[in-house]
Amino acid sequence: MVLDEDNTVSVGSRAICWAKRTLEILDRLGCGDRIVGKGVEWNVGRVFFRDEQIYQFDLQPEAGHRRPAFINLQQYWVEQFLVERCAGLPQAELRWQNKVVGVTPRADRVAIRVAAPNGEYTVHADWLIVADGARSPLRDMLGLESEGLAFRDRFLIADVLMHSDFPSERWFWFDPPFHRHQSALLHRQADNVWRIDFQLGPDADPEEEKKPEKIMPRLRAMLGDKTEFEIEWASVYTFQCRRMRSFRHGRALFVGDAAHLVSPFGARGANSGIQDVDNLIWKLELVMAGQAPESLLDSYNTERAFAADENIRHSTRSTDFITPKSEASRAFRDAALLLAKHYPFARRLVNSGRLSLPTTLETSALSTPDRAGEAFASVVPLGGAAVDAPVQGSRGVWLLSYLEAGFTLLVFDTSVPADALEALANDADPCNVVQVGGKPAAGVSRIEDSEGLVAARYDGRAGTCYLLRPDQHLCARWRSFELSSVRAAIARATGEACVEAMEAA
Amino acid sequence: MTAHLLPSVPLNTQPNIEAPDDFYQELVDMHRDLSKEQSALVNAKLILLLANHVGELAVLREAMRAARQDIAPEGQADVAHEADLK
Repeated sequence: MVLDEDNTVSVGSRAICWAKRTLEILDRLGCGDRIVGKGVEWNVGRVFFRDEQIYQFDLQPEAGHRRPAFINLQQYWVEQFLVERCAGLPQAELRWQNKVVGVTPRADRVAIRVAAPNGEYTVHADWLIVADGARSPLRDMLGLESEGLAFRDRFLIADVLMHSDFPSERWFWFDPPFHRHQSALLHRQADNVWRIDFQLGPDADPEEEKKPEKIMPRLRAMLGDKTEFEIEWASVYTFQCRRMRSFRHGRALFVGDAAHLVSPFGARGANSGIQDVDNLIWKLELVMAGQAPESLLDSYNTERAFAADENIRHSTRSTDFITPKSEASRAFRDAALLLAKHYPFARRLVNSGRLSLPTTLETSALSTPDRAGEAFASVVPLGGAAVDAPVQGSRGVWLLSYLEAGFTLLVFDTSVPADALEALANDADPCNVVQVGGKPAAGVSRIEDSEGLVAARYDGRAGTCYLLRPDQHLCARWRSFELSSVRAAIARATGEACVEAMEAA
Repeated sequence: MTAHLLPSVPLNTQPNIEAPDDFYQELVDMHRDLSKEQSALVNAKLILLLANHVGELAVLREAMRAARQDIAPEGQADVAHEADLK
């Protein structure tokens, strides 16, 4: 059951950049095509300093992926498609204008007091997922805090409706002639709406800056006299980088901005929120089905807190580069920008936002370390999210479509014995085996590595096995198949191994 | 133990500059006719160029530590723009 105090999807565009990983998750949820179809695809970013471009970058320079590096789409469209998808699920119920006004955590359930248009009522839930945003009223009701840094610089964001020849790229200006001593960002969204960000500095008056008569001259200076445009939505805001100490409090699980907050440079807010939920849901499902111990949910906290720290680190560094806090910091910032025009090394120092990539859960206790002596020159490290590649098979032409049901074992150029296949399929936490290449065998789901890119990206050789979790993160790999190793790795990834180790101790 | 696991080469603080008097004069001359702000920018560019040439983070860290040695902070901290949230 989903409770929303509002009676509509988001007002204003809010999050607009949806990263490849998010699109792949949305594919699994059954709304990837609609969202990508409506969105504006982009891979190229340009960086300008004063009156000239200093360099450009391509976030997805190689082919052979179903989804682009990013699409831009107003958050209200993404919410709309998700709401419609939710309506098609018989077991899901979305209650609009139902506001949580009280919450009482208990050992075995959570009592939630809800105010609805026709009165108040109480829901007794087994689990509560708190996704009520940056200010999170539920976090306050539970007496919990989120700690970190607030940045003083104010920013104006405006959605502008215009017909323009600007390409579908990310354009970022440091100290441009139309907005001296500050930064600006231009991004295209769907329906000819453009997102424009202006850094305003720490002393700007938010109420004053929000007025159209204040915004119009800024836009006019940037877009020129000939461009016709109108303002669809505008907001003035400051950034914060903060997170809760723990994302799990008993039966309350915090996700997204309620759990952690970053500055917008890098598109790490909404994208990390969706990864939170993707990390949480398969674990919650196993726990609720009695197939995993409750302690598995603690790994949601450790894995996603690790991701939040990574996102906060990137986001804080970007903010420090964009809004230098001292003379020395500004000198190094300008020095890097001046050098970047001539020298590639300096482009690596320029930070207008390190754009969202899926977090590699490198320290996760759910991962099984590689066997001694086995090495993998793979683009997917242990704990990393699976990378797509073109294939041929019964479920379509992309590898990720074959990693959609629970745990999946990818086996290269070798057939797993029939009795082992059956054993894995019938285990309490079953595992689906997908054979990449090799001879067809009875009862085996097999795909063809049509362009050789699966083997190339995963360093797959005959016998190589990759075990992927339900969220498509890699949790174990071997150079040869062994039933007991696969079972032990699944036990570890579902939290069973930790319990056994604790009981043995 | 393989070579890359050995401790990194420490910062070379032994005399290593060819013609030190020539270098020093050119370093000072580089700033001729520049404002204080421009000089700071040129110095920052020079540091970034040399840092890239060195490359190794352990050496750069050691150099930054040595540069900061004997300089006691005075005045207020430069993080005044940020506020701790609790």
